[in-house]
Amino acid sequence: MNIVVCIKQVPDTKSVHFDIERGTLVREGIEATINPFDLHALEAGLQIRDVCGGEVIALSMGPPQAEDALREALSLGADRGILLSDRAFAGADTLATTYTLARAIDRLGPVDLVLCGRQAIDGDTAQVGPGLATRLGIPCVTSVSTLEVLDDRKTMHLRRVCEEGYDLIEVEIPALLTVMASLNTPRLPSLKGKIRARKAEIPVWGVQELGAEPGRVGLMGSPTQVVSTSVPKFEARREMLEGSPEGQVEALVARLKEAGVL
Amino acid sequence: MLRVDREKCVGCGGCAEVCAFGAICIEDGVAVVDPDLCTLCGTCVDNCPEGALEISADRAEPEADLKSWRGIWVAAECRKDTLATVSLELLTRARQLADRLGTDLSAVLMGYKIAPLAKDLISYGADRVLVVDHPGLAAFTGETYGNILADLARRERPEIILAGATAMGRSYIPRVATLLETGLTADCTVLDIREKDRLLLQTRPAFGGNLLATIVCPRHRPQMATVRPHIIKAGRPDPGRRGEITSISVNEELLTHRVQVLESVKEQAKGPNLTEAKVIVTAGRGLEARENLALARELADLLGGALGATRAVVDAGWLSDRAQIGQTGVTVSPKLYIGCGVSGAIQHIVGMQGAEIIVAINRDAEAPIFDIAHYGILGDVKEILPLLIQRIKKERG
Ligand SMILES: Cc1cc2nc3c(=O)[nH]c(=O)nc-3n(C[C@H](O)[C@H](O)[C@H](O)COP(=O)(O)OP(=O)(O)OC[C@H]3O[C@@H](n4cnc5c(N)ncnc54)[C@H](O)[C@@H]3O)c2cc1C
Ligand SMILES: Nc1ncnc2c1ncn2[C@@H]1O[C@H](COP(=O)(O)O)[C@@H](O)[C@H]1O
Repeated sequence: MNIVVCIKQVPDTKSVHFDIERGTLVREGIEATINPFDLHALEAGLQIRDVCGGEVIALSMGPPQAEDALREALSLGADRGILLSDRAFAGADTLATTYTLARAIDRLGPVDLVLCGRQAIDGDTAQVGPGLATRLGIPCVTSVSTLEVLDDRKTMHLRRVCEEGYDLIEVEIPALLTVMASLNTPRLPSLKGKIRARKAEIPVWGVQELGAEPGRVGLMGSPTQVVSTSVPKFEARREMLEGSPEGQVEALVARLKEAGVL
Repeated sequence: MLRVDREKCVGCGGCAEVCAFGAICIEDGVAVVDPDLCTLCGTCVDNCPEGALEISADRAEPEADLKSWRGIWVAAECRKDTLATVSLELLTRARQLADRLGTDLSAVLMGYKIAPLAKDLISYGADRVLVVDHPGLAAFTGETYGNILADLARRERPEIILAGATAMGRSYIPRVATLLETGLTADCTVLDIREKDRLLLQTRPAFGGNLLATIVCPRHRPQMATVRPHIIKAGRPDPGRRGEITSISVNEELLTHRVQVLESVKEQAKGPNLTEAKVIVTAGRGLEARENLALARELADLLGGALGATRAVVDAGWLSDRAQIGQTGVTVSPKLYIGCGVSGAIQHIVGMQGAEIIVAINRDAEAPIFDIAHYGILGDVKEILPLLIQRIKKERG
């Protein structure tokens, strides 16, 4: 099976947080990592390849340093990595992103399975997977929590998580899946993988290589625009209850009774 | 690209500090942008006190026919034979937006044997309901629902389409936006109208809730947004409201799909559903051990509430991921939230800040949850919870 795993490099949200008292965004160095959900997508791809054969291609659109994310994917076992990078790609919203990813996948030739994370933790849109499937003209199953490839190697049985439980789904390849963290436990990189990753050539495709229409990528190809940003403000409503543990509990019960919630 | 006006820039470094990508540095007293790192997110532009930064693109001229798109649509969602709460919440907000724009509000109702629900949509504010009732829509698939909504929108030209950011909304609404080649803002928390140009102002958290971004879709129609459940309060239905119900016939071609739903399994949680519960007791890592979960559960049961969890607790396998509250879990807005050994990480707070009364029990006086809690108890949960349970039992007699 030819499997493409879409990987996004994201700033580690642990290194960005805000200071409630000062009301400002604090950044402690900037570390970038593979979007956590994408590690699960990669693991799913590797497991299928290990059983069914074929290859796993890690694909990422991002700035030049997104190459690090692809090398990490190679160290985990991906067969190839391809970086989509071009200054013209900057500022892409999901519509421009899916256009660019779809051009690249079309260029790769017939692909059986495209795997994405459920969402990227920086943008959190969960839109790229379904949007990409639409462009590729293949079915999409979102929020997959279990996955089984049947013996015919064409049909898959999946669980799709929803609010009230889950659906059991049957889908034939080619298809695109977005995966939940509960699907699997990502493996650790092997030493051999690390060495291979260090040496591997990672091709970089830009507007030219993709034969993309310049008006459909990056900021130019993005219908949505950010007009303002702000740091969320929370009302400070703090009242620390005083006294012994019993006294605090007593005070709490009194407050809750007063508010009519007990 | 991001341009720096060297005349206006005073080199204060505010932009460099807020840039989450490290794309700006100050050289010789002016901001310098590394175009390879810059993602054009715009945070610096808003934070520049001098107005020295600008994001510009040499875009095509606006499409001439934006005016031919009018009206607001809410894509309603059904749960068996009732409407999902989020649809009622959306209608409430959309009604206000439609009045501001002086336009009509329509609801789109798709499914099988769902036509009786149309009148409820009217009582919550719709002027018109477009009913697409077909056996081929009995089981939800992103392809069929997406095709039908996109086809309807192409024909009827609404200026705005809103839907719930639910499992269903998140799986077919992006398809609709892609088919219509328009913008979609996911998981909005605030919707507003900019009257001068009728634009929908869509505010959503980004960077794990560290930032709120307001987004517009100026040159494409429809403007599309999904909205998280339980962010808006649904208004009261008015059974006397009148509206028009239109039955839409289905083009069978739009019903082809390649995803088969073999079975839908409901997982019945014990006690009330987390998103509907009036009281939520949340278990945090501070409970220290799985056995102590029983304390939080007892308190929840006693208060007729539901048991929620932080991600730390879900990751530890003490509770299923269905219980997770926050950015990657559910958003809740109960009357009473009691956090037991919860630190109050931003990714958790964004999912529960709407609670009317927030109580925090934590033994660290510096825990951030105390900043947003109405009532804080500084102490060990293993000691406080049994006392609280006992005291409430006494209260109840
Ligand atoms: C992309 C991303 C998404 C995330 N999404 C979510 C999400 O949706 N929901 C979510 O909850 N988290 C989410 N997180 C994780 C979040 O950042 C925190 O790690 C998590 O909320 C912490 O859970 P906690 O408060 O239970 O644990 P901790 O942060 O470990 O806090 C435990 C607290 O308990 C206190 N404590 C310890 N022992 C006791 C005791 N005996 N008595 C009283 N107090 C005690 C400690 O002082 C501490 O404050 C996300 C993180 C990332 C990076
Ligand atoms: N720039 C990108 N490059 C590669 N894959 C991406 C990119 N952006 C998003 N994805 C994929 O789409 C998923 C959902 O992203 P999002 O819609 O941004 O939440 C991610 O988990 C990735 O698998």
